[in-house]
This record gives sequence, C-alpha cells and structure tokens, in this order.
Amino acid sequence: MRRQNFSRRGLLRTGAIGGAGLALPTIFTSSASAFTNNPTGSSVTLGFNVPQTGAYADEGADELRAFELAVEHLNGGGDGGMLNTFSSKALDGTGILGKKVEFVTGDTQTKSDAARASAQSMIQKDGAIMISGGSSSGVAVAVQGLCQEAGVIFMSGLTHSNDTTGKDRKANGFRHFFNAYMSAAALAPVLQNLYGTDRKAYHLTADYTWGWTQEESIAAATEAMGWQTTEKVRTPLGAGDFSSYIAPVLNSGADVLVLNHYGGDMVNSLTQAVQFGLRERQANGQDFQIVVPLYSELMARGAGSAIAGIPGSQNWDWKLEDEGTKAFVKSFGEKYGFPPSQAAHTCYVQTLLYADAVTRAGDFNPCAVVEALEGFEFDGMGNGPTLYRADDHQCFKDVVVVKGAENPQDEFHLVEIVEVTPTEQVTYAPDHPMFAGGALGECNPGA
Amino acid sequence: MDAILIQILNGLDKGSAYALIALGLTLIFGTLGVVNFAHGALFMIGAFCAVTLQKILTLSVTTIDPERTDFLGNPMKVQTPYVENWFGPEMGATIIDWAVPLAILLAIPVMVLVGFVMERGLIKHFYKRPHADQILVTFGLAIVLQEVIKYFYGANPIPTPAPSAFKGSLDIGVWLGFDPYSIIYPYWRLVYFFFAGIIIAGVFAFLQFTTFGMVVRAGMADRETVGLLGIDIDKRFTLMFGLAAAVAGLAGVMYTPILSPNYHMGMDFLVLSFVVVVVGGMGSLPGAVLAGFLLGILQSFASMNEVKSLLPGIDQIIIYLVAIVILLTRPRGLMGRRGVMEE
Repeated sequence: MRRQNFSRRGLLRTGAIGGAGLALPTIFTSSASAFTNNPTGSSVTLGFNVPQTGAYADEGADELRAFELAVEHLNGGGDGGMLNTFSSKALDGTGILGKKVEFVTGDTQTKSDAARASAQSMIQKDGAIMISGGSSSGVAVAVQGLCQEAGVIFMSGLTHSNDTTGKDRKANGFRHFFNAYMSAAALAPVLQNLYGTDRKAYHLTADYTWGWTQEESIAAATEAMGWQTTEKVRTPLGAGDFSSYIAPVLNSGADVLVLNHYGGDMVNSLTQAVQFGLRERQANGQDFQIVVPLYSELMARGAGSAIAGIPGSQNWDWKLEDEGTKAFVKSFGEKYGFPPSQAAHTCYVQTLLYADAVTRAGDFNPCAVVEALEGFEFDGMGNGPTLYRADDHQCFKDVVVVKGAENPQDEFHLVEIVEVTPTEQVTYAPDHPMFAGGALGECNPGA
Repeated sequence: MDAILIQILNGLDKGSAYALIALGLTLIFGTLGVVNFAHGALFMIGAFCAVTLQKILTLSVTTIDPERTDFLGNPMKVQTPYVENWFGPEMGATIIDWAVPLAILLAIPVMVLVGFVMERGLIKHFYKRPHADQILVTFGLAIVLQEVIKYFYGANPIPTPAPSAFKGSLDIGVWLGFDPYSIIYPYWRLVYFFFAGIIIAGVFAFLQFTTFGMVVRAGMADRETVGLLGIDIDKRFTLMFGLAAAVAGLAGVMYTPILSPNYHMGMDFLVLSFVVVVVGGMGSLPGAVLAGFLLGILQSFASMNEVKSLLPGIDQIIIYLVAIVILLTRPRGLMGRRGVMEE
C-alpha cells in the first residue's frame, strides 16, 4: 500500500503554482479579448438586423440585398461598387483587416423587443461584432441601447427620428440616414417657393417617437417662414382608415395638410386624403396642398397616382448623378434587376463605413472604431461630401427634396428630384433644443 | 352640425365593413357553433381577389424600345397589357380601370371554394371540441393564410384604385343646405355603403324567403329536431360557411379602394368585428348588423378633435368601453338570444 504525503503547506504551494499557470494565458491574451467578440479566426461576423416579417418586410428585404452586396464587395467579389468611388482607399477587397467578412441575419419584426432579442442572439450566439439595419426609429433606439450595453458598434439603418442621435444617442451608435430636422430644413424653402408664406397647416401625426419629432421639426420650420399651424392631431399607428381624422381637415380653416406618417400609414392617409377631394379643394383663396415630409420609393409605389405632385424629402435617390450613386445603382441593378431604395443605400454605405473605420484604426476594438468614425469626412458614397460629426454621431450631408412624378415613365420613376439641398442648410448645432436631453457617454468595448 | 354629419357618414362606411364581417361571423357561429378567428383572413383574401384580377388584367407582352433606355442604360422594355392588344387601347384601359368591381365575379366562386375547403378540410374536425380549441385552430389558420398572401404579394400595401368614374367626391353639404365643400364625401365610400346594404338585405332575404333559408334558420334554432325530420342539416350548414366566406370576401373586394390591401388587413378588422358580434349578441344576425353600424359611428365620433382633446386616446378604446357597458347592462348583447354560449 502506497502512502501519500499531503501537507497543508505543500497543498497551498501547489495550488498557487497551478493557479498562476492557469491565469498565465489569460494575462498574455488579455489585450486580444478586451472587447466583445474579438475575431480571432480567419473571418469576422457582422449582424444584419432587418424586418423580415411584418409591415416593413419589403424594406427589410431591400436592406438585406444591400448588405449582401456590401459583403460581396468587401470580400473582393462583384465590381466593387462604391469601393471604387469612396474617398477613403483603405479597403482593398480583402475583407476587413484581412479577415473574410461573414454575416448573420436577424428579424426585427419592427418590434423593439423582438429586435433587441435578435440582436442579442447575433452578438452572444453568433459572435457578431457589429449590428446594422432596421426600418424604424423605435427599433433603432432600442437596438442602439443594447449594443451600447453589449459593447458592439451599431450602424443604424433607416431611422429618421431626431431622438436616435438626440436624446437617445449612444457612443457606440452611428447614423448615416438623415433626420426629421434635416427633412424640415430642406423642405421648408421648397414649400415656400411652391406655396408661399401665407399658409395654414394641419398636421396628422403618427403617435410615436418618429412622428412627434417629425411634427415638431416641420412645424417649427414652416412657422419660421410665416406659416401657421392650425391643428396637430395624433393618429394611432396602423389606423388603416384615416377618414375620421381627414374629414375634420375640411372645415378647419387649413389650406395645407402635413402627413407625418410613414409606411402603410402614409399610403393609406394620403390615398384617403386624395379621395376626400382635398387636392381639388380651395381654401383661403388658394389651392389646398398636401405635404409628406419623409418619402420612400416603396411608399410611393403603394400610394400609386395619389402621390403625384406631393413634395417630400429623401436621404438619397437612385437617380442622383454622382459617381458613387452610379456605381452603386449599377452593382445593385445588375445583381437584382431593379434600382436600390434609400433604405438599401444607407445600409450598404454603413457597412462600408464600418469596414473602413476598422481598417483605418487597424483594430476591431469598438472604441478604436468610434475614434476612427468620429469627425470622419468622406465623399463618393452618393451624398456628396459628408461628415460623421463627433458630437452626436450623425452624418451631415446633402438632402434630396423630391415630389411624386405626374406621369411616371415606369414603376421606378415614381419620384422626381426637385433639388439637392446643400449640407450647410440642414446642419444644426450639437446643442440644438430638438436634440437635447441626451449624451453619448463613453464608448463601451464590452467583454 | 356639418362636422357631426360627416362623422356619421364616416361611421357608416366603416360600420358597413364591420357589419359585413360580423354578419359572416355570426352566420358561422349560429349555424355551426364555431368561433371562427380566420374570418378576418377571408376578408383579406377577398381583397386580394381584387389585387389578383388587377394583376391578371395587367399581364403584359414585353417589347424592346430601342429609342429609350432603362435605369441601367439598356434598351427599355415596354410592357403592353394583353387586354389592350386584344380589345384596343381604350377598351383595354377601361377593363383594367374596372378591375375592382369585376373582381366580384372572381371573388364569389373563389371565396365559396375557400370556405368549403376550410370547413371540410379543417373546421369540421373541431365541431365537438371546446370553443378555446376552435379559436386556437382558426387563429393559427388565419396566420398561415396571411403569411401565404405575404409570400406571394409582399408586405407593402398594393394600390387598387376605384374606377375613374367613381374618383372624386360628392358635395353632400350643398344638398343639405350647408356651405359648399363643408360636407364632401368620396363617391366610392357611398358605393361601398350601398353595396353593403344590398349584401345585407340579400342575406336576410335569402334566409327569410327561401326554403333553404327556412331550413337553416330552423337548424339554427333546433339542430336536433331538424335532423330528426330527415334533413341533412350539416350539408346546408357547410353551404352557409361558403356563403359567409363569400360575404366576407365581397366586403374585402369592395374595400380595396378605401384601404390598399396588405396581408395584415384581415387581422385589423377581426378583433373589432368580434367585439361587434359580442355587442350585437352572439348568434344574432340583426344584432351584428346593428352593432356594426353603431360601433362604426361611435368610433368616428371618438376620433373628432373636440372629443380627443377632452378624453385623450378615446378613439382607441371607445369600442371596448361600449362593449363593457353593454355586456354589463345586457349580458347577451343588444339582440342576443337566451341559451347561446351560456351552457
């Protein structure tokens, strides 16, 4: 029988040596795992969180097409698209920092809780180091908050509420898409030229964060040029039949109806307003007018002939003449057979901007990426010279003012460009009251 | 006064849709005893019959126009609808323009068939099961149907305009002695209201004045006795399911110019229509119609700015508030019969 000699001192010594030995690899690798989902293999995973079901599923599908195209271009496939026109030449088609780009997708369902759950799954289960996409400000604000907590970068998709880079801004979140203030600032002078300064506006507004900021912005901009606001009426999201909200407009004394609606709500409210004969009406001795501050091509398709002549604004339009737009439309059009939407454009650009920032920083660490994106000036991405402002992580660039085509030559020409409003006209101070109440805070690398 | 009149008019066309859907729901419940949560999906399928016919009528032959270019700079592909080739540009355009009313002809057989397949294929297996099981299976069916529609037609609303002859609106205010343009109302909404009236009257006449209807009414009152008389009441009830589906489908077809069809529209109407059925009285056809119009008008009034400024959010809950009040004061609803859902 063998006798084992265990002493208390020996046990402590052995434990200390063993513990130090176990800790050793962690000490040596701590710099590599100092942030969430540090890609250690030959590939890096991006998470694209888009509405694949629900009312914005068609926009989500277009966003996903753009993401796929961006990944293809980053990995050296296709014709390179906007990589050829992007002013930064850091990207060379070999992935990001030499790692092949892969992606996973999630379904936001255009619901904040579902969007957070799918983003969380992509971060925790799939190892996504960046989340992008979405077609709603409510979703963007929710997912941006999650990404801040998780320590990954959020490159938002289609979100137009002032709050996304206003009171709900986060250090890890970046918005390329324009916002409600910019829409109003671009649209107001055009409205003044079209309809004069003596107008009375009646607002129908979707009752959630985007609608409120859109209403506040456009009312302030139009009042500043002399218009009066007769009424601001909040309508429930997804009301369907807006007739009981439109009928009171007839005898309100207003001569302009501003529809702060988006998606299906905009399609229905605009169609029904036209059915009620508002556009043939005279009020206060002038022709009655309808304004839709935020446009999208998919919405224009839904509204059909009702959209003809209605002014609005867009982040981007495929008919712009710059080289970046031409390159993107060619890549997208040849791959999918139709021109890209503005939702597709912003998602494509956001993916390239993230990849470029990582490459310029030489690091996937979110804090390094934040530093690379803050104050970054670029061109060749379809909107002219653009700045990612450090104060609020909002892109400042030209805004496109559009109107519905009177006689569209085909289903892709439903929207006509009225003017491209220069950046200076839509720029505001970082401490503007409409964006007050929030702070970026510190970037969070997670892990 | 003019504001009140216009809200009554708004309520009537909204109420027409509620009444038509609730009528079908009540028919199915009254005859088969099934709580059909897929009924809103039938309304939606009806609407997509109009979309489908519009797509069929606009099926086009493609030619290349070398003079024009597409968005990629390639020669433009020009689409010309076959109907314009067959019947001439003017006649073809008129046929396409009338797609919605013409869709009624497509919707009747399609909806009867859908109703028949739904009843024979699935719902008949749940006759003897608790109402909770019926609700679960029909609700699941509704979700399947709307996802199928979304797969083929996408998620965005599809514009389905009324014929050009019915575009624009009628100045009712002038008729009633008010200022011009104080009460204007879209022609198509008036068409919808009268259409709903004709359908409702037709269903009541069918049940009241035909032998078939008499047997169905007898079966609704006492199924067992009618069966003992040697009448195959089940077969008639299956046909009633088809009729109810057709009523919902026609309501959907004609509603498309008012609300551009999307895959979710049935679900939006379903919940409200169920409240209408409960308020009207489970199993009562006149109750469903009465409650449909009543709640439609009340909902319109609740949307008025004057009312909303006093009671914010009232437009969202008015129907449910009324339902609570009516069920507290008249537990069987406005015209409910004793013994229905009371065992």
